[in-house]
Amino acid sequence: MLEKVVIANRGEIALRILRACHELGIKTVAVFSEVDRSQKHVLLADEAVCIGPAASVDSYMNIPAVISAAEVTDSVGIHPGYGFLSENPDFAERVEQSGFTFIGPRSDTIRLMGSKISARKSMHDSGVPCVPGSEESLTDDLAESARIAKDIGYPIIIKASGGGGGRGMRVVHSEAALRNAVSLTRSEALAAFNDDTIYMEKYLENPRHIEIQVLADTHGNVIHLGERDCSMQRRNQKILEEAPAPHIKDRQKRKIGDQCADACKKIGYVNAGTFEFLYEDGQFYFIEMNTRVQVEHPITECITGVDIVKEQLRIASGEKLSYRQSDIHINGHAIECRINAEDPEKFIPSPGTISHYHPPGGPGIRVDTHVYQGYTIPPHYDSLIGKLIAHAETRELAIQRMSMALSEIVIDGINTNIPLHRNLMNDAAFIAGGTNIHYLEKKLGIK
Amino acid sequence: MDIRKVKKLIEMLEESKISEIEIHEGEESVRISRQSMYAEQPQTVVQVPAADARQDLGPVTGGHPDKMETSEVKQEVDGHYITSPMVGIFYNSPSPDKPPFAELGKEVKVGDIICIIEAMKIMNQIESDANGVISRVLAENGDPVEFGQPLFLVREA
Repeated sequence: MLEKVVIANRGEIALRILRACHELGIKTVAVFSEVDRSQKHVLLADEAVCIGPAASVDSYMNIPAVISAAEVTDSVGIHPGYGFLSENPDFAERVEQSGFTFIGPRSDTIRLMGSKISARKSMHDSGVPCVPGSEESLTDDLAESARIAKDIGYPIIIKASGGGGGRGMRVVHSEAALRNAVSLTRSEALAAFNDDTIYMEKYLENPRHIEIQVLADTHGNVIHLGERDCSMQRRNQKILEEAPAPHIKDRQKRKIGDQCADACKKIGYVNAGTFEFLYEDGQFYFIEMNTRVQVEHPITECITGVDIVKEQLRIASGEKLSYRQSDIHINGHAIECRINAEDPEKFIPSPGTISHYHPPGGPGIRVDTHVYQGYTIPPHYDSLIGKLIAHAETRELAIQRMSMALSEIVIDGINTNIPLHRNLMNDAAFIAGGTNIHYLEKKLGIK
Repeated sequence: MDIRKVKKLIEMLEESKISEIEIHEGEESVRISRQSMYAEQPQTVVQVPAADARQDLGPVTGGHPDKMETSEVKQEVDGHYITSPMVGIFYNSPSPDKPPFAELGKEVKVGDIICIIEAMKIMNQIESDANGVISRVLAENGDPVEFGQPLFLVREA
C-alpha cells in the first residue's frame, strides 16, 4: 500500500480522498492555496503545504508546485481528484517521471481519451457503439465536410477534439449554416483549448445522458459498476444524478457495461474511469470517456457497496480489484443533489461565510461536503460546496428521503441551489423518470 | 527548526503517554500537542512561526486566518519579510563549500540573489524584493519550504 499520498485538489473531493487514505492507513499531504488554509481536509491532513496564491493556475494547476510538494514531504503517490490536473496527460507523465505514483490511468491512456477523435476511434475499434460521425478531423475542404454531413444526416454537431464537458460545440441544421459553423467552432476551439482540431457527429435531439463506471487493476482485471443517469443538466453542467437509470432494460445495461469492460481490457485501461453515452430511442452512443473519479461517484458507491476511491488507491498500490464482476449487485436506488453556492434563480455564484450549517441525517442519507459552520467559501473556485445523497430500496423512496433531507438541511449566510432541488423532487416529469438532457433548461424557461 | 527534528518529536509523542511537548531552541520554538477532537493525531507544525491555522474546528472569525497570521507577525518586528515564491528545498549558498548568499547583517538590494530553492531537480535562484539589511534568517539550509513561508527579515534602509 502506498505510504503517503499528496491530495492534489481541494474542497469536497479532497476530503473524500483524505477519508479513503485514512481508512487504508495512508498518510496524507494536503496541498492548498493561500486562501484555502482553513479547509477541513487541510486541518485534518497529516501534513499540509501551501503551494501558491489563490489563482488555480498558480496553485492547484501548478505542476512544479504540486510535484515539489510531493518531493519535500517524501510522498509516494499523488491523487489528482477531478478537474484541475486530473486529466492533464503532461501532469500524469511528469508525476511518473519524477518517481511518484499517479493515482489514475497511465498518461498515454489519458492522452488517448483527451483527444475526442482518437477516443471515438479507439472505442469504435473496441466494439463500443458510437454516435455516427466523421472518422477524421475536419479539413478546410468545405465540400468534403458537406459530404460527411450529408452522409451522417442533419442535424449534425461540430465539436472541438480537445474539448469536452459540453464546451466548444455547435449544432448545424442545414448545409447553408455549415461554412460559418465550421470556422466559428474552429476558432473557439483554438481559443479555449489551444487546439483547433474539430470533428462532426450526428446531433441527437432528445437524448438522455447515461454513463458507465469502470474499475481496472494492473493485473488485467476489469469490472463495471453499472450506470448513472445524469440527464438533469443546465448549460452542460450536471445538477442531479441517479443510479440506476430508470426505464432501461437490465439486459441492455449489462450489455453496455460488458462492452465498456471489454474496451478497457483492449486498451489496457487502469484505475477508475467513466464511459459517457447519449441514450436515445433505446440505443447507446459513446461520446467521451472521463479518465478520473467523477463528482457523482457516491451514487454508484451506495447501490454497489464499492468504495471507488479506496479501490483507486488500492489499484495504484498494485493490488488486485477487491471484487469480481459476479460480486457486483445493484441494491436499491440512489440520488445525488449537487449543492452549489449560487443564486437559485439567477445562478450567479455566491461565495461568502456560512453563518449557520445544519446537515440532514437519518437512514440512507450521505452528505459529502467540506463546509462547516463559520467556513468561508472563497470566490476563486467553482461553486460546488457539497453533495447530498439519498439511498433507498426503491426510486420512489429515494425521492422521499431526498425531499426529507432537503427540508432538514440548513446553509445560511450564502445562497444555494437547495430551493431548485426541492422543486425538482416535486417535479412530475422527474418523478416519472427518464427526462432528457434538455428537460431542466426547458423547465427553467432557458430554452 | 529542521522538519526532521519536528518529525522525531512527533514520533516520540505518539509512542509515549505525553499529551503535549514544547521545545525552545534559541529564538524558535515548537509546541506539539494531542488534540482529542480529531482522531488522536498530533498536529504537525510545518512552518515557523507556528501556523495558528491548525486549530480545532469552530467559527473562524473574520474568515481570513492567513491575513490574521501575517498582521500578527508584523506587529512583533519592523521590516519586510521575504517569503518563498515556491515549494521546495531551501539552500542558503550556491554550493555546500561556498559562503552563504545572505547572512545576518548583510546588506541586500532588490534583485540580489539571496538563496536557492530546489524544486523538481531545478535550482531556482531567489531574488530579494527589498533593499535593506538581513535582520533575521528564518530558514535553515536543507529545510523544506512552502509557498509564502517567510525566509528572511529585511530591515529596510
